[in-house]
Amino acid sequence: MSLIQRIDRPLLFTGILILIIYFVGASMFPQTLTDKYLLQQLQIASYFGVLAAGAMMVILLGHIDLSIPWTMSVAAIMSTAIAGPGGENSIAALSVPAALLFGCVVGLVNGFGVAILRVPSMIWTLGINAVLLGLQVFYTGGFAPQGSASGFMKAIATGHLIGPIPNALFVWLLISVVMVFILRRTPLGRYVYAIGNKEAATYLSGMRTRGVIIACFMWAGFCSALGGVLLAGYADQAYQAMGDPYLLPTIAAVVVGGTHILGGTGKYSGTVMGVLLLTLLSSVLSVLQLAEGYKQIIYGCVIIAMLLSYGRAQKVTA
Amino acid sequence: MADLVIRLRHNTGGLIALILFVVLLIVFIIIHPRFNMLALEATANQGAALALVAMGQTLPVLTGGLDLSIGAVLALSNSVGSELLSGPPWQIALGIVAVIAVGCVCGLINGLIVVFGRIQPIIATLATGAVYTGLALLIRPLPGGAVDESVSEALTYSVGGVIPTPVFIFIGLVLVVWLPLKNSILGRGIYAVGSSEVAAYMSGVPIKGSRLLAYTGAGFFASLGGLFLGFQTLSGDANGGVTYTLNSIAAVVIGGTSLFGGTGGVVGSIFGAYVLRIINSVLLFSGVPSLAQPLFQGAVLIFALMASALRLIGIRNRLDVMS
Amino acid sequence: MPRGPAMTATAEVNPALPNAFLSMEGITKRYGGVTALDDVDFACERHSIHAILGENGAGKSTLIKIMSGVTRADTGRMVLEGKEIEHLSPVDATRAGIVCIFQELSLMPDLSVADNISITNPPGRRGLINQRAQRRRAEELLARVGCEDVNPISRVRDLALSRRQLVEIAKALGRDPKLLILDEATSALTAADVEKVFTILRALRDQGTAILYISHRMAEIEAIADTCTVFRNSRYIQTFKQGERTPEQIVQLMIGREISQIYPPKRPNRPSAEPTLVVENLGWEDRLNGISFSVAPGQIVGLGGLDGQGQREVLLGLFGVLRGVKGKIKLYGREVNVRSPAAAKLPRNAIAMIPEDRKTEGLMLPMSIRDNLSIASLKRFVKAGMINRSLESTRVDAMIDAMRIKIGSPADAVGTLSGGNQQKVVIGKWLMTEAKILLLMDPTRGIDVGTKQEIYALMRKLADDGAAILFYSTDYDELIGMCDRISILYRGEIVRTLIGDDITEQNIVAASLNVDLGVRPAANAGASHG
Repeated sequence: MSLIQRIDRPLLFTGILILIIYFVGASMFPQTLTDKYLLQQLQIASYFGVLAAGAMMVILLGHIDLSIPWTMSVAAIMSTAIAGPGGENSIAALSVPAALLFGCVVGLVNGFGVAILRVPSMIWTLGINAVLLGLQVFYTGGFAPQGSASGFMKAIATGHLIGPIPNALFVWLLISVVMVFILRRTPLGRYVYAIGNKEAATYLSGMRTRGVIIACFMWAGFCSALGGVLLAGYADQAYQAMGDPYLLPTIAAVVVGGTHILGGTGKYSGTVMGVLLLTLLSSVLSVLQLAEGYKQIIYGCVIIAMLLSYGRAQKVTA
Repeated sequence: MADLVIRLRHNTGGLIALILFVVLLIVFIIIHPRFNMLALEATANQGAALALVAMGQTLPVLTGGLDLSIGAVLALSNSVGSELLSGPPWQIALGIVAVIAVGCVCGLINGLIVVFGRIQPIIATLATGAVYTGLALLIRPLPGGAVDESVSEALTYSVGGVIPTPVFIFIGLVLVVWLPLKNSILGRGIYAVGSSEVAAYMSGVPIKGSRLLAYTGAGFFASLGGLFLGFQTLSGDANGGVTYTLNSIAAVVIGGTSLFGGTGGVVGSIFGAYVLRIINSVLLFSGVPSLAQPLFQGAVLIFALMASALRLIGIRNRLDVMS
Repeated sequence: MPRGPAMTATAEVNPALPNAFLSMEGITKRYGGVTALDDVDFACERHSIHAILGENGAGKSTLIKIMSGVTRADTGRMVLEGKEIEHLSPVDATRAGIVCIFQELSLMPDLSVADNISITNPPGRRGLINQRAQRRRAEELLARVGCEDVNPISRVRDLALSRRQLVEIAKALGRDPKLLILDEATSALTAADVEKVFTILRALRDQGTAILYISHRMAEIEAIADTCTVFRNSRYIQTFKQGERTPEQIVQLMIGREISQIYPPKRPNRPSAEPTLVVENLGWEDRLNGISFSVAPGQIVGLGGLDGQGQREVLLGLFGVLRGVKGKIKLYGREVNVRSPAAAKLPRNAIAMIPEDRKTEGLMLPMSIRDNLSIASLKRFVKAGMINRSLESTRVDAMIDAMRIKIGSPADAVGTLSGGNQQKVVIGKWLMTEAKILLLMDPTRGIDVGTKQEIYALMRKLADDGAAILFYSTDYDELIGMCDRISILYRGEIVRTLIGDDITEQNIVAASLNVDLGVRPAANAGASHG
């Protein structure tokens, strides 16, 4: 019974809080009541949501991926560089696939370090993050990256194919379908939860745990790269350290959504709600035009409040 | 003799950090074009703030937790300091006390949330870090402020012109704060909780008190770091703590403390922090083009981590690597 | 029908003794929907070693936890040294001199032996610890339990399990207990170590300590206990003095039904079938050397000997967990190289291993019973990349029925089950992979008599159906009762193999100690060892 409580509570609480935040914002600034505003929020949430899907897979394993920021940035730089000035290079079509492939390669390296070298994921992905930062500095020579987003990138990030619905939302939807399918319907999903619970028992039950871990990190790398591509499409360029502000909110969204930070439990629907909540919160705080300091304080307090409601561990007893 | 061997074996991590530090220092001295006491001083100063933060980070890590807000506490302390650390000596002294109090309160809040809120440290301190950064921004929206210069000189120069002051600061902290702490019941409780929380509970170890002490201690050392940074830069910067958090984790790991808790110590973390800083300095003088330096820094960190994987070669039972 | 003295009501001892050290009345404790203790009365006296018997789930461990303050009872009252108390906290219990040695060790692996021994009451003043005094105290206590060779500053993590259990006992002694509770505290100790511990216990009893002793080893209880109390299904059943009941009667009290025989009958030697598993010159590091044996379908081959002589490593090596294993392994006639448990599980090898520690190696405790049962055989329910949930459910339910696992619903977390039922889930998980070679690592350790019987019957049935079983156990009775052949290991080598009439306790013990008894026919080969 308590397990069910833990899983459904996040949905309930995030849902309620989303409504509260929305009405607070709407009462102060009527422009938030428009469809346009809401759809814009969904668009921003989509970029975020893609990142969170990748992060959640790794967190479910009981690990963590701190290389999200620079995987995003380098993927963005790579895609805009290939797309060229104005996004009109002849090879611009390769920009997105190359960036996504890059993300998978980063994930492979992360998975190698964690699954085979058995370095704690926190510190290994931190190191990879630093290497990627170094690569970027070396490559760009300290200047701002050249190149802009290709037409395709702009289309998926900011375009609207079907009525007013942002294309980015479809991207997020696609990623979400894959996530739910893997986690709920495939053996791989079962193994992810099992490893997050007890890697030794999963190994001794005859699972190829190393392969599962590497696959999850590759997925996270893929999602980080996709997030970078989307952001580059949104800004029509890549810029240094564009990924830095996204790391902590991504992890917060996953945890606020009910996934345990140490792995083993969590529903994807919770992650979706967590992303929506934090996106809306961030945006309403901006609209309120508070000083940056107040925004940070409120952001942190909301996360703590959510966790106190349903993220609490059991008391230690024998 | 057997005792010495056992003690050495228990502290291999810290010893490796020490050896690494000495080797790098020697390399640095050799490479440096005009090595003199000033260069040594500068190196000591560059690493001092990180070493202090790393000392603080060690305590929660020993309990099997983590403090991701420690950089923010540093920035907050630094910002508060930039408001208070000027004027007559008694005012500066009060300012120092106030800054340290701020750090301890932040650490205590972290501890209360982790212990009584029973929220996992990683995410709890992630959130409180945002709050502390916000507070720092409210106090110091833009870098600036005023810090007394004479105290600054005393702290950042050398004693007798030979040994940099930070050396004495660290020796003093280890002797006066760390060793008594380690030998106290609560301090041993920190190790016990990190080693096996269930066993500690069954043995009647004061788990709550030990954890509270660990997180408060992290805040304490972070505030010392913020103080030093303030005296060093003569200003306050609310965003100055960003790299310190993750770097402190790297320093703690290099210093031989296990992220799983239960083993390690503060002394190793000091050396770990300086290893990180000296690598930067060595790269600076090594002729590697400045644009390639961040890449080298990252690569060195990765290679150091891969080296820690060498211990796997000797592992014959695959279950041993799964905790 | 019942043999031995009649089990009359006069044998019951009134639990609420006036001079009891600790007495409890009407104690009830529930964990969610499970009743752990149901209106239980109990008392323990000074100058007495009082054994507590009962299956897992009978309530023994919960009773102990309430006594030591680790858990609180829902209802009931406790009288400690004549004074009625509301409830106990671990601190109160410690102050009252109640010391517990639990099944799960309460040692911190990364701290030194000296630190662990003095963890609750370190010598020193004003919050600081006096290291030298602490070390001296550790040395004294270690000597008392026969561990003079253990350096007090060595880390507990670096000690063998039997040493750790002795350190645990030393730690308890150091707290000057008025009530000493041992809950399966000797499970990894050799007979010689156990005898040393018993000497200490008897001395403590004579000095006035009240001692509670919980163990599943009937032989130990016969040797040490003055009084015995039986619990069954969370209720108090009976208390009687040592000697007033036969082992059969005691077991009957514990499981509440008549048991004819604990071990299923062995099969007479079949015409030699082609061995399923052949091991030639198996070696690994310095722990295994020149191990050779074979197991044919239908055979249960035992690995015996003192703890830590390499038995565990043989099983791990066959399952692919160890690296650098030397020698030849042949399965079904072909030479193979099993590199991982995943490879061992493949249908062409069909090896299964029941690990030693079900909680950390066999189960994912927070996950459902269904998920735990199906995890090793999930591929069989997969079509087009997706799990066929209804097929999985059907098979899982069938296994739960077949193994008679007592559960609420398959969606419950496996961590809510009792130890015996948890072990059944572990075994069931592997049965679902249709394994033909079973490696069992002390599968009945810490499990109640009733479930043990079921596991023995299952083992024999699987063997009869053609499985080859390699069975490691620390319980001589089990080895004698179950195995067609026993290989005794000493220092990583097989020193003796016992077959048929040679399988006696005497021969096993002698071989375990590497003592040559010469050729000697066993006295009563057919005597029941129940």
